[in-house]
Amino acid sequence: MQTLAIEATGLVKAFGDTRAVDGVDLSVRRGSVYGVLGPNGAGKTTTIRMLATLLRPDAGSARVLGHDIVSEADAVRGLVTLTGQLASVDEDLTGRENLVLIARLLGFRRASARARADELLEAFDIADAAGRLVKHYSGGMRRRLDVAASIVVTPELMFLDEPTTGLDPRSRNQVWDIIRTLVAEGTTILLCTQYLDEADQLADGIAVIDHGRVIAEGTPAQLKASVGSGALHVRLLDPEQRAEAQSVLARELGAVHLEPDPAALSAGCADADRAAAAVAELARSGVRIGDFSLGQPTLDEVFLALTGRPADDQDAEEDTTIQEQQPA
Amino acid sequence: MNAQAEALRNALSSTPRPPRAGAVSAALAFGWRGMLKVKHVPEQLLDVTITPVMFLLLFTYLFGGAVAGSTADYLDYILPGILVMSVLFTTVYSGIALNTDLTRGVVDRFRSLPIARPAPLVGALLGDSVRYLVAGTVIIVLGLALGYRPGAGVSGVVAALALVVVFAFGLSWVFTTLGLLMRSPNAVMNAGFMAIFPVTFLSNVFVDPDTLPSALEAVVNVNPVSILATASRGLMEGTAEASDIAIVLGTAAALTAVFAPLTTRLYGRR
Repeated sequence: MQTLAIEATGLVKAFGDTRAVDGVDLSVRRGSVYGVLGPNGAGKTTTIRMLATLLRPDAGSARVLGHDIVSEADAVRGLVTLTGQLASVDEDLTGRENLVLIARLLGFRRASARARADELLEAFDIADAAGRLVKHYSGGMRRRLDVAASIVVTPELMFLDEPTTGLDPRSRNQVWDIIRTLVAEGTTILLCTQYLDEADQLADGIAVIDHGRVIAEGTPAQLKASVGSGALHVRLLDPEQRAEAQSVLARELGAVHLEPDPAALSAGCADADRAAAAVAELARSGVRIGDFSLGQPTLDEVFLALTGRPADDQDAEEDTTIQEQQPA
Repeated sequence: MNAQAEALRNALSSTPRPPRAGAVSAALAFGWRGMLKVKHVPEQLLDVTITPVMFLLLFTYLFGGAVAGSTADYLDYILPGILVMSVLFTTVYSGIALNTDLTRGVVDRFRSLPIARPAPLVGALLGDSVRYLVAGTVIIVLGLALGYRPGAGVSGVVAALALVVVFAFGLSWVFTTLGLLMRSPNAVMNAGFMAIFPVTFLSNVFVDPDTLPSALEAVVNVNPVSILATASRGLMEGTAEASDIAIVLGTAAALTAVFAPLTTRLYGRR
């Protein structure tokens, strides 16, 4: 049995003039959780859809669990499941009907399909809502049903496309627990996410993807180390004082990043003592602080470190204004 | 570990993988899905049947006297025609339903399952055929209430309904193709009705083509909808020509042969 669950080389997919995926290489070990991290539009979903045989690559090739994704697509489909970005469940059916349908399509007989559906509804804590139409489900319930539909037959490999985007923290933790249990039972997972935090919590390895290319690869620890281990985040009581705070922090810690929130800014900082000194310096210069924290780097900071620009284009504009201001 | 994780672990390890579903049982499962939708959103059926019901009432009582001398005579002529119209209008909804599916994530799941490629489409149309049956039955029941008495009795009516549904199954592949090409359910609806309206009206559904200008009459006489309406009238009166029925079935087969593979291909590519 081969040790790689996914082996992709030079995958390319273009839509019109846009090369959504522009030469992606991936190798994912069996039994691991591999995170594909990137902002919206980076090419994560397109990559996953190619690997799940929903899209045919324009160039390059990939083997999933030893089968070619183009010539042996049907064999791949028998071994993987996909939980899409839009919840891949039928809104006009009830939760139970969704699971019975998938079970029937996977070859269960009528009675065993119903039994399997009920078992999953119980395990995913949606038994109480089993007879309700999915369109009346909350985001978290819908996600859980979605994952349940993906494991009607235990897959060897599961594609999860942004499984927690739009969920409240409690539902997010539930989904994370489910993913951890799946991994413990031996399923390989390819996880697309925009949250460094999520990749950090779940993934053994991470590929950072931007403009359809892998721009960095490593363990979460390696990735964070390459960024600097953290940042001091400060929120001011008065947004008017941000320019002043910025110059203080620039003096104390170096590069300052202005957050989209007009009262917030952050500065790269690995060391708690230096962070404390910087906060004290802010207070001394009369800047009133709402709250502050020393946190892990965000995806934005990873991007800033790797590409010299933030993940979000709007931020890029803000950053140029910082550079213009700095000489003054 | 907590109880939830325990239940999840059991659910993961408890069930062995069954043998793959065959193409027929997969299609039937999708047909079941279509019927569940009717069960959960019965208003859909109302949308589909209200126009033909209106047409039947309006045409019979507004034009019946002028066109056929009396409303009763016109009802005999128009009822099988409206049956055809009612079911053919319903086929447009097959395209709309497919397009609506595409705007949601569920199609991704269906496409990532190890099942026969045409199964979701064939199954959806099998489910829709039940809808066609309902639309047709509504018209027949209304016709009977208005005083329509088919000469060939129950068996004639059933045969006519069956023929119309078979033709509709063939025609609906055209609209599923359209459903995969258009951007929104609304666009499918507009384009679909833009096509089905003239095709239905330029037929012998409402008037005897003898009264038409000769060029138009020629068009109307070769329109498959005319032949379907003639065959249905014939079946309901017990005077059907085998050649008409053969043309209707041949047209349905030809539409399926062309548009079913096309739809399957487009569906696979999305």
